[in-house]
Amino acid sequence: MRFIEIVVGLFMMAGLIAFAMLALKVSGLSTELTQPGYVVMAYFDNVGDLKIRAPVTLGGVRIGQITDIQLDDTNYRAKVSFRINASENKIPEDSSASIFTAGLLGSNYISISPGYDDVFLKEGSTIQSTHSALILENLIGQFLFSINKQDKSEGKSK
Amino acid sequence: MSAFAWIRRLGHWGLNCCARVGRAGIFLFLTIFRFPRPVRSFPLLVEQIYVEGVLSLSIIVVSGLFIGMVVGLQGYNTLSKFNATQQLGNLIALSVVRELGPVVTALLFAGRAGSALTAEIGLMKATEQLASMEMMGIDPLWRVISPRFWAGVISLPMLAAIFSIVAILGGYLIGVKWLGVDAGAFWNNMQSSVDFKIDVFNGWIKSCVFGVVVTWIAVFQGYDCEPTSEGISRATTHSVVYASLIVLGLDFILTTMMMGGW
Repeated sequence: MRFIEIVVGLFMMAGLIAFAMLALKVSGLSTELTQPGYVVMAYFDNVGDLKIRAPVTLGGVRIGQITDIQLDDTNYRAKVSFRINASENKIPEDSSASIFTAGLLGSNYISISPGYDDVFLKEGSTIQSTHSALILENLIGQFLFSINKQDKSEGKSK
Repeated sequence: MSAFAWIRRLGHWGLNCCARVGRAGIFLFLTIFRFPRPVRSFPLLVEQIYVEGVLSLSIIVVSGLFIGMVVGLQGYNTLSKFNATQQLGNLIALSVVRELGPVVTALLFAGRAGSALTAEIGLMKATEQLASMEMMGIDPLWRVISPRFWAGVISLPMLAAIFSIVAILGGYLIGVKWLGVDAGAFWNNMQSSVDFKIDVFNGWIKSCVFGVVVTWIAVFQGYDCEPTSEGISRATTHSVVYASLIVLGLDFILTTMMMGGW
């Protein structure tokens, strides 16, 4: 009976450890819960395919993630809030934020290029200079439009 | 006349089915509310967790390892066509945590522990051990059924969690150690795409539901079987077949509920 109790205790421990590993190692709950940070906002004309929890990078290094995307109904722009890790506290306030795509078909993320100001971003501050996402359909539309115009002007000159 | 007899047989069958479902419901209700006697029930419960959970561990670990390895291998071959082998971690983790872990564990559990439960209880009934217990003033629902039921409900989520972890490690073994996917990309992509609440917690809820259903069916089939050797064998077959079918059907319903946000 004692042997059985010990084995069952080990079994329960193995089950709980497996569940904890699923939570921490597989779903990465720990990185989300424990990292303190500060929330910064930015307004974009078009966020494209940007999703909540997408990464925020500076120079390719991940420094935070997006917490919220909303429509601001006074100026019809997208208001994106993102949390930057507390250790990254020396980002100039005049930095600019742009939405990029990882690879040709990858997901979108925000990249921050640092400015030169001595004042740093803090909780609640807003990034003024932003660049919207590149929408592939718009690009193709512009491209076709310019080709058409070129063809017509060439036709006239002949 | 023969048509009349046929209709009568259909009615008999329908009534039987309803009575059986009703008996199973009452049985479950009695089993659950017979539990609160923690001090005296505890040793019985521990013994049953040993029989149902610990002894099922070997088959769960081995099948988890091999399923993880096969998913890793197949996933790698398909993903390499799109140059996306970095995504192997999410593929393995999502498919195992969401579906394969709870479902395959429940199916194996129905075959390994459920059939044994049915046969054991059925034989107890056939040899009138349950009746003699009642004669001695011991409630067989409390002494025999309730510990077995709760042991199954507790063991299955544990086994499912162990299965998922072992399967992911098996996929890691194949993907990273053998086929050369980058280890950092494997874990990092996995962590960024697997959500705790949507994937891990919902998978855990699924395995809890399967635990209740599989053990309930196994225990009821044994308790309700015909007390003959044929009856026991039929009850054991039914236990595994019904449990497997209901697990697969319930899995579909639970998945639509979790995805559609009912």
